Parts: sequence; C-alpha cells; structure tokens
Amino acid sequence: MIALLIRDMKLAMRAGGGFGLGLSFFLIVTVLVPFGVGPESTLLAKIAPGILWLGALLACLLSLDRIFALDWEDGSLDLLATSPLPMEGVVTVKATAHWLTTGLPLCLASPLFGLLLSLPAEGYQWLVASLVLGTPALSVIGTFGAALTVGLKRGGLLMSLLVLPLYVPTLIFGAEVARRGAEGLATTTPLLMLAGITAGTIALLPFASALVLRVNLR
Amino acid sequence: MMPDLGKYGDTVLSAYAVSIVLLVIMVALSIRASRKARAELQKIEGRRNG
Amino acid sequence: MGSIWEYANPVKFIRTSEIVLPWVSILATVTLIAGLVWGFFFTPDDYRQGSTVKIIYLHVPAALMAINVWFMMLVTSLVWLIRRHHVSALAAKAAAPVGIIMTLIALVTGAIWGQPMWGTWWAWDPRLTSFLILFLFYLGYIALWEAIDNPDTAADLTAVLCIVGSVFAVLSRYAVNFWNQGLHQGASLSLDKKENVADVFSTPLYVCIAGFVLLFIALVFLRTRTEIHKRRTKALLARERLG
Repeated sequence: MIALLIRDMKLAMRAGGGFGLGLSFFLIVTVLVPFGVGPESTLLAKIAPGILWLGALLACLLSLDRIFALDWEDGSLDLLATSPLPMEGVVTVKATAHWLTTGLPLCLASPLFGLLLSLPAEGYQWLVASLVLGTPALSVIGTFGAALTVGLKRGGLLMSLLVLPLYVPTLIFGAEVARRGAEGLATTTPLLMLAGITAGTIALLPFASALVLRVNLR
Repeated sequence: MMPDLGKYGDTVLSAYAVSIVLLVIMVALSIRASRKARAELQKIEGRRNG
Repeated sequence: MGSIWEYANPVKFIRTSEIVLPWVSILATVTLIAGLVWGFFFTPDDYRQGSTVKIIYLHVPAALMAINVWFMMLVTSLVWLIRRHHVSALAAKAAAPVGIIMTLIALVTGAIWGQPMWGTWWAWDPRLTSFLILFLFYLGYIALWEAIDNPDTAADLTAVLCIVGSVFAVLSRYAVNFWNQGLHQGASLSLDKKENVADVFSTPLYVCIAGFVLLFIALVFLRTRTEIHKRRTKALLARERLG
C-alpha cells in the first residue's frame, strides 16, 4: 500500500501535474476574480471565502481524471485488481495520493491567495482549517467520480457533471466555516458538519468506488 | 366557460400551458420511441423466422 | 442460455404490460383531466393569492413526483444490484426522464408562481435550491446511462450512482436548509389541520396527485417495454452478426 502511494506520488510529480497545475489553476482563478468583480477591497473581502473555496474545488476537479486514467491505459489497473491488495485499499490509496498532491498544496497556499483577495485577518485560520477538513472529502468523492467514468473516452466532462452535485454539501459547509470565520462569527456548527461529511465519505465511499471500479474492469 | 382569473390570468395560464406542453411532449416521445422499438424488433424477428 | 431471470421475466413483464397498460393509461388520462379541470375551472380563488392558487394543482403533484420518482429509482437500483433482475434496471432507466420532466415542471411552475407572490422568478430558497440540485442529479444519472455502451455495466454504474446520489441529495437538502432559511410555507398537506390548505383546494389536489402518479405508472410501463424491445433487438442483431 505504501509502495503504491509512493509510486502514485512520484508519477504525479514527474508528470508536472500534481502540485504545479492545480496550484497554478487556483492562482489564475484568484487573479481573475478581481478583474471580473472589480478591485474594491470591501467587496473582495466579502466574497473571498466563497471564491477561495470554489477555486480549490475546481482545482481538485480538474486533476481528478488523472487518478485512474494513466493506470487504465497502460493496464496497471488490471494488475492492481488482481493483486492481493483489496480494491477498497487501492481506491483509498489513490484518493490519498490525490489529496497529497492537490488538496494539501491548496490548503498550504490558500492564505497567500486570501491575501490577494483582501481576506480579513480573522479569516485565515478558519479558511485553512475548513480546507484541511474539507478537501479530503473532495478527493474521496472525486475518486468515486473518476472510478465511474474510468473506461470512457472523453469522460472528463461527464465526470464533472457527476461529481459537482456531490460536492454541494462539502462546499456549503466548507465555505460557511470560512465565511463565518472571516466575519468573526461562531464556526462550530458548520465545522462539525464539515468534519462529519468528510469522516462519512472517507469511511463509506471507498466501498462504492471499489464496487464501481470492479464493474469497469470486468 | 372561462373562469375569471383576475389580474393573475397570464401567470396561471402560462403555468398551465408550460406544464401541459411538457407533459404532452414527454408522452408523445415515449409513445413514438415505443412504436419504433417494437417495429424494429418485429422486423428482425420476422427476418429470423421467415 | 442464461438464467431464468434474464429471459423469462422480461417476457412476463411484456405480457403483463400488454394487459395493464391500456387500463392505466385510460385511468391516468381521465384522472388527470378531471383533476386539472376541477382545479382550473371549479375552485374559488384564494383571498390572498388570487387565482394563482390554481397553479398548486400542477406544482405540488409535480414536485411530489420529482422526489418519488428518484425514490423509485433508488429501490429498483437496489433490486438490480441484489437480485440482478434486468427489468428492474431498465425500469430505473425508463423512469429517469419522467423524473427530470417532473422536476422541470415543478421548477418552472414555481418560478411562474413566485413571480407575482414573492416578487421574484428565482430565489435561493432551500426548497428551490434542493430541486435544482435534484435536477442536476437526474442530468448526471441520465448522462451516465447514455455514455456507456455495455448495458449491464451501465446498469451497475448508474445503480451505484443512484444510491450514492440519494445519500448526497439528502445531505444537500440539510446543508441547503442550514445555509439559507426559506420563503416556502410549511407542509401543505400534513395531517395537522391548522397548517393545511382548505378542503376546497385539497380535494382536487388529491385527484391531481393521483393523476400524476397514474401517468407516471403508465409511462414507466411503456418506457420499460421500449427498453426491453430495444435490448432484445440489439441481442438479436448481435447474434445475426455472429452467424
């Protein structure tokens, strides 16, 4: 399992994808927003938590199709299926690798992007906290979407259509934590809900992803 | 015959019109697809048996 | 050639549908027309909402169906995954487009109704938002069916999507509720009389709901039969090609 994780991480980094692309995408979204809504810092401060969460979500979404695509093409996914490692383990490792290469860098870089959008000072810790808690759910849900569409040519657009509605609860609670934090309100309730969603998806969704992947490899 | 719908006449009528059009389209498409599928199947079964 | 489930049941389903479908169709047409005519022509206006209250005879049944069709798809998906009963998977496939149209009717009539009552076509009210999300779920489900060639793979994948989607749809409902308080009134047809709409409105409403349900049943029978015919055609063509 560890070996698979390390291999996946190496692959992601060598492809220049992982860290680089997701972060660059996040940066571009953040830079484009003021062009769209105007440079007024009060307005930017108000929408910053939501924009940052959306940016993180889209950056996650963009890198999802790489989770299985390469392994599917060169047949190593079939090898993994016949290996002693259970399929549930494989998808969990894949999701972890995706989070480490996409979600984690986004969390770490988000304060910098918050700065660009004049996020209020109280907001930073909550923004990072909500992203750290929420992005694992994004990766796990995304892995499910990637597993659903793994065999399809041009599955990317379909996968977005399938995954985005599943992201709704995570986005709502995540952005709510960041927003309330930035406005200096109590954040406990949405934070707990967000943690609950993340814990629930991590516990249950790998079974669905594994089931779907087995169907696709049949 | 027509009930007095008052100032909201357009609202009510458009709601009914849109809904009925949608329902009719759905029913018509379902029936057409059904006829087509059945005709095709009969053609092939006829070819096999004939 | 295959198990009894694969062959006998679709045949039995077709035979049953030949008998049932005409009756259900007639009953659905009569009930629906009766309910809508009753609602449209023979109900009084509400003292506050004026004649717009008549939209309820479309809006509420469509909204109820939008949710219940998804629920029916959830049940048939589970049956397919557990029993491998082909008709079940095809019934879920057949129901989805009906569900999305019901959702669309609920959304559109809601927007038309909301314009004079709430002064806006659209608001991010929890129920409206939830229905929009439900609409997206239907879209994804139908798109996944369309995208996959192998019928059994498609049935499996869409069934899992339906189950996972159901969980997330419920989660979204709560999340959306938390996120914004709404404009909608509370329950309209609960047993608690005080909250209820008055009897003059509710009796034709029940007739309309029955009409929508019957229409849905008729459509699912018809569309499932279409899917069975299509699949049989495909199988026969494949066999011909093999020689």
